[in-house]
Amino acid sequence: MTPPPDQARNGAGPHGAVPGQARARGGWWKPLLGLSVLATAMLAPSSRARGGIAVPAGPGLGDATADRPRPDAGGRTPPPHRPDQYHLGHGGSGQDRQENTEHAEKSAASLRIVVGYGFWIFLLSDIIMFAAFFATFAVLSGQTAGGPGGRELFDLRNVAIETALLLMSSFTCGIASLGVEARRGAWFYGAMAATFVLGAGFIGLEILEFTNLVADGNGPQRSAFLSAFFTLVGCHGLHVTAGLLWLLTMMAQVFAKGYRDDILRRVLCFSLFWHALDIVWVGVFTVVYLIGSGI
Amino acid sequence: MSITAHGQEHAADLHDRRGGDTAPGDEPKGGSEIADGVRSYLVGFGLAVLLTCVSFFVAGTSLVWQPSIPVALFVLAVAQMGVHLVFFLHLNTGADAVNNVMALAFGVLIVILLIAGSLWIMSNLNHNMLRMDQIMQMQR
Amino acid sequence: MLGKLTWAAVPFDQPIPLIAAAAVGIILLGVMGWIVAKGHLPYLWREWITSVDHKRIGIMYCLLAAVMLLRGFADALMMRSQQALAYNAPGYLPPDHYNQIFSAHGTLMIFFVSMPFVIGLMNFAMPLQLGIRDVAFPTLNSVSFWLTATGALLVNISLVVGEFARTGWLPYPPLSEMTYSPGVGVDYYLWALQISGVGTLMSGVNLVTTILKIHAPGMTYLRMPMFCWTSLASNLLIVAAFPILTATLAMLMLDRYLGFHFFTNEAGGNPMMFMNLIWAWGHPEVYILVLPVFGVFSEVVSTFSQKPLFGYRSMVLATMVIFVLAFSVWLHHFFTMGAGGDVNAIFGILSMIIAVPTGVKVFNWLFTMYGGRVIFDTPMMWAVGFMVTFVIGGMTGVLLAVPPADFVLHNSLFLVAHFHNVVIGGVLFGAFAGYTYWFPKAFGFRLDERLGKAAFWCWLVGFYVAFMPLYIVGLQGMTRRMQHYDVAAWRPWLLLAAVGALVILAGIVLQVAQLVVSIRNRESLRDVTGDPWNGRSLEWATSSPPPDFNFAVLPVVTGEEAYWSMKERAREQVQAKQEEPAYAEIEMPRNSPTGFICAFFATIFGFAMIWYIWWMAIAALVCSFATFVVFAWRNRTEYVITAEEVARIDRAHRAVQDRAYAAMQAAQ
Repeated sequence: MTPPPDQARNGAGPHGAVPGQARARGGWWKPLLGLSVLATAMLAPSSRARGGIAVPAGPGLGDATADRPRPDAGGRTPPPHRPDQYHLGHGGSGQDRQENTEHAEKSAASLRIVVGYGFWIFLLSDIIMFAAFFATFAVLSGQTAGGPGGRELFDLRNVAIETALLLMSSFTCGIASLGVEARRGAWFYGAMAATFVLGAGFIGLEILEFTNLVADGNGPQRSAFLSAFFTLVGCHGLHVTAGLLWLLTMMAQVFAKGYRDDILRRVLCFSLFWHALDIVWVGVFTVVYLIGSGI
Repeated sequence: MSITAHGQEHAADLHDRRGGDTAPGDEPKGGSEIADGVRSYLVGFGLAVLLTCVSFFVAGTSLVWQPSIPVALFVLAVAQMGVHLVFFLHLNTGADAVNNVMALAFGVLIVILLIAGSLWIMSNLNHNMLRMDQIMQMQR
Repeated sequence: MLGKLTWAAVPFDQPIPLIAAAAVGIILLGVMGWIVAKGHLPYLWREWITSVDHKRIGIMYCLLAAVMLLRGFADALMMRSQQALAYNAPGYLPPDHYNQIFSAHGTLMIFFVSMPFVIGLMNFAMPLQLGIRDVAFPTLNSVSFWLTATGALLVNISLVVGEFARTGWLPYPPLSEMTYSPGVGVDYYLWALQISGVGTLMSGVNLVTTILKIHAPGMTYLRMPMFCWTSLASNLLIVAAFPILTATLAMLMLDRYLGFHFFTNEAGGNPMMFMNLIWAWGHPEVYILVLPVFGVFSEVVSTFSQKPLFGYRSMVLATMVIFVLAFSVWLHHFFTMGAGGDVNAIFGILSMIIAVPTGVKVFNWLFTMYGGRVIFDTPMMWAVGFMVTFVIGGMTGVLLAVPPADFVLHNSLFLVAHFHNVVIGGVLFGAFAGYTYWFPKAFGFRLDERLGKAAFWCWLVGFYVAFMPLYIVGLQGMTRRMQHYDVAAWRPWLLLAAVGALVILAGIVLQVAQLVVSIRNRESLRDVTGDPWNGRSLEWATSSPPPDFNFAVLPVVTGEEAYWSMKERAREQVQAKQEEPAYAEIEMPRNSPTGFICAFFATIFGFAMIWYIWWMAIAALVCSFATFVVFAWRNRTEYVITAEEVARIDRAHRAVQDRAYAAMQAAQ
């Protein structure tokens, strides 16, 4: 599994190599192109970005060679700020320098941090989208238009099984990321396969539930409550489906390309995605099914 | 100062391990044994299962005062989300994860504002106004 | 085969859109023919269309905004002239057409003029100010831009094929539901906004990551230029608000396409939920637009007052307070729609509170000017014009935030005047200030000052003449979006407003002339130093236009106003020549057509969905998926600029800079 030299080089400057496929494919199932667009392009973090690493950050001042417009080579301390009586609240004190030391190191954020953080921000936006659907469900949950409500429709045993499947898949997903960190193929492939089976089981049960509801005439067109229900739960289901496709591609990627840095970053993003979906599901089974079937 | 891409990445990784910053989802301490990792996931999994079971039990029980059930379920869900964040997403309060936690806090604030605001506004509207079908009825 | 699309979709019976479209088509074909004939197409493809360089993408964003401004302004002229004519008369625009025009005007101006303009400025200037080489995800940046362009294209296609929404710039249900808007107009709106909204969201994720995770060594948070701070706040708002828009529009789509009941009158749907959600996005959107231009003004005012920004930290604090409060005032957009006194009171008070940090900012700008040696170049003129105009707009906003007053003024022309007052006087003036300010950085020559000032005065005077009358007729009770009216008292004011619109037209013509003249006289307007305004932040430290890699060696920041302190130090040095750094090779991302191809298929997808051409929608999806696979299989993703090449480019700039420093020392 040693990557060929050009890939090894590429590994450090991973401008969107293969695994984008996974995320790209997943994204297409979202209502819009969003996830795929983001995810694919996430693979293309800037090498310019890493420019920050190029300069070893000394305590605040950096090294003199890099400090271009500083004509004085001798490392003379810079003159104090031009005094200005209106310059309220401006720093330049010793305290500011302190911050500087710490922050200068941060500027050397590695690609893994940049990519992980970017995906983290995307996940937050995704969760806010779910929040909008949750809010709509909460507002419309009483609007059954004379049709059946949650108490009549929901089968909590089914939900319990779904929840168990998803929880276990979160655990196995965690094991998979441990396996990939430790470069142990058996752990990784085994755990990813288990995650896939569990996730697919979840989706299967959800499809079953939906088809039963529609067959009984309780489709999303029946009432505002059912519209909100199908949209919220279905949106989560679409995310899981996307995650499953992404998962398969990640397995193929690791198999084909080995444990390259860029692939490890994608595995990190995938596990973030999968765990985040589990968190959303906690909200779904609590708000939609448990509280919803009590009303 | 010749810098290959690989060298940079390597240096960055070393630097990372020293702990300037952590990617979300990364274990704070690098190079830990895989067994430690499994143990951490097992603890998280156990807690999550426990909380889920309590949730399902509380929802179906008639042992507790009924109006308290939604509140209890809500508290349990928040606790479980916290368990997931800590044990599965490895969120921690270390100095190297400030950005991650800040972003999450901002997201949570928006989620709360959006959901609570919508519920409050809409319940107020529903209280003050006739339902749409009734308005339509009157306009006939 | 073609879904709902037939020849009846082309409005052969309506001469105005047809002629307009024909004119635009001829111009487009002409430009394209010229490009092909002159052999510029490979250059365009190589250097612009497939570019992942943040500077190029920023410029293309601004160009898109400028072109769409022309289209949106044409709509504005038609509305003003219609209202000038339609006293006790039908005017020349039938209601059906008039409704499409005001909807298209609002949609274009907010989503395809203001948004691209501020995102373009952020894209262009912010990485330079942070002292870095590109944004965090360059290819994603290109995808974002082209998806935004897709949205704009779809809105403009609606001019000739089918119709646009007649629902206003926010498609309130139940009017926008299938029952009352069975045509494709609302669908055009929805798909254009969903696709460009994805682009905007991606752009927000990208820029937030860039600001928080990547900067030059020593660039601590509290040393970032103000524009970077406001960009951070604005992009965080994008990340938090745009998913709400996506979800809300998706629900309306489900209502329209699949018969769901979110916002319908039937089966328990609740249209008020749409108002609630859309404004939960819509109010933060206001600050998404205005915060970056606050940053532009901060840069401009401090540069042209030749002083550091007054109260930098209070400015940061004010930005962040606005950013948090932006999410807690959305109800003031529908005070009159049934909420009770307690809800209205809380949101009214919050709305007034959010004016406080804005006031702090205005005072900071004023105190920055106070005691400074102010140079009234064009960007500074825009800034001063902004301060006066925006304060008026802000105060009428506070007035509207008082619920009882809002019950009188809601949906009147007073409201229309208010938001034009803040959008034109704030966002647009800021965009123009930024355009004039950073143009020399982008292209290496300045814009013509005389024409720029003339354009400014036309805009400023035109704005007041066009919109102050609207405040008055609004107070007299005229509601917005009226196709005709029969109140004699309104007529003179509306005639005056039409005159104002013509003055603004003169301003736009002057701006176009300014651009043309400046390009023709570019040699005499050339700026070789890279620092034409005696700037204070890092973008002025590099050459104009900057090399692909921005900085040969990343600048090391030792305090606020990074470039100013460098110049200060240089001034105090005895020796004139800077020491040369050790150059290293730089890896840059390769260009990628992914964004363009993806947007091409997104356009087809959107168009197919609008017209119910399912096979085409599926085909477009498959093709775009193929695009991603191809992109993802690329193996060489970066190219290397050798150290010699870096040194060659940088030495040329250093020589010029040394001369400038020497001149500064000599002047002392």
